[in-house]
Amino acid sequence: MRGAETFFIDLARLIVTWLEKQGMSPLVADIVLLVIQFICIAAIVTVNIIILIWLERKISGFIQQRLGPNRLGPWGIFQTIADAIKLLTKEDIIPSQTDKIIFRTAPIVFIVISLMLYVVIPFGDGMAIVDLNMGVLYFISVGSLGTIALLMAGWGSNNKWSLLGAMRAVAQMISYEIPLAFSLLGVIMIAGSLKMSDIIAAQNNVWFVFLQPVAFITYFIAATAELNRGPFDMPEAEQELTAGAYTEYSGMRWALFFLAEYTNLFAVSAMAAVMFFGGWQGPWLPSWLWLPIKAYIIMLVFFWLKWTLPRIRMDHLMSFSWKVLIPVTLVNLVVTGCVLQFFK
Amino acid sequence: MLTDYSTIGIFFLLSLSFPLAALGLAALLRPKSKFDPEKIVPYECGVDTKGRTWVRFKVNYFLYALVFLAFEVETIFLFPWAVKFNKLGIFAFVEMIIFLIILLLALFYAWKEGALKWY
Repeated sequence: MRGAETFFIDLARLIVTWLEKQGMSPLVADIVLLVIQFICIAAIVTVNIIILIWLERKISGFIQQRLGPNRLGPWGIFQTIADAIKLLTKEDIIPSQTDKIIFRTAPIVFIVISLMLYVVIPFGDGMAIVDLNMGVLYFISVGSLGTIALLMAGWGSNNKWSLLGAMRAVAQMISYEIPLAFSLLGVIMIAGSLKMSDIIAAQNNVWFVFLQPVAFITYFIAATAELNRGPFDMPEAEQELTAGAYTEYSGMRWALFFLAEYTNLFAVSAMAAVMFFGGWQGPWLPSWLWLPIKAYIIMLVFFWLKWTLPRIRMDHLMSFSWKVLIPVTLVNLVVTGCVLQFFK
Repeated sequence: MLTDYSTIGIFFLLSLSFPLAALGLAALLRPKSKFDPEKIVPYECGVDTKGRTWVRFKVNYFLYALVFLAFEVETIFLFPWAVKFNKLGIFAFVEMIIFLIILLLALFYAWKEGALKWY
């Protein structure tokens, strides 16, 4: 079991020592290792989206008492691959009145930002690409940059649906970012560090979800809104805005947006697992299996919520963040502080 | 050895390659699109677009952005405090509670003044 636990770390060390034996300087060897790690992450992201889309369609089918994809392969598991090939071979349409540069860069910005989130995620014991000493802050700040990409897409499209969708997305995402950051503060106060590995180590005895239940619930709600997922999918409410900021996008550019959304979904779920569910800690299985398992369970809850609850109206959505979530998270912060201060 | 932030910088450059590779692959595989003036009009459910899209937008969004800015700056203050909370002792705790109360009052003031109202 010990061998399985450190398999990837041993492999990385083996590659670096082998490269250095070939006469490379340690710096170049590190860069080559980073390239390999990046390729692994790109592969994880791509495989993940193929599984996730299939899973979401199957689950939504189950919830709505229909079959879901069932033609290609057993239980329709090749459906997403066929969709990906279709998207790859679609012709490229850029509408006439768009701001060409902004329109073309928006999907690139979005996917790059969501890939940057994976730098600090600890996939297993000591398996983060960088165990940054301010990992949580990095995650929140990079994650919030996605707003800019959506605004670029909506403004650049020069389409009324897109602009409305983008404006809604921006208003919603900046509103829910504050409760998101505040709910993580309680965890940080207990752990006393912004470093992912320290936070996981602090959960050796008890998971933070039991110490900070309110923070977990507010984090979960705020994360759903940050991801623009149902019931908070007002920005792309298809019945009224066609597809929100993505209306004018087609083919590969649209696919990049879609890919980035699911990439973000996995990142946020992995973050929830790290902050509240002990990260990669768990019995029997190696640590690099525990984090994906926990993240997938959290994502199943995201799917379940999306396909169960009706969409929330825009004004309710905004006032829920400002008038309920922010006061609640602030009170949670004060209570946590009191408990830590007086019952230590 | 790479430092933490140079790793992130190189990773940023690498992650640029991902969308570029995907778009490049699509450019190789897809059929050449024939020019058609009808095909590239903005999609507004089949109706011709009327008026400009880039107009002055509803002021509500701007008010939310202003309140957001105040809170986001506050978050930056709270993070270092939360990290060192256990070592700072009672003084810093009381100080931060006063800070939070002032902010909550500001939120309620903004609320009362109608900045959070959705017209």
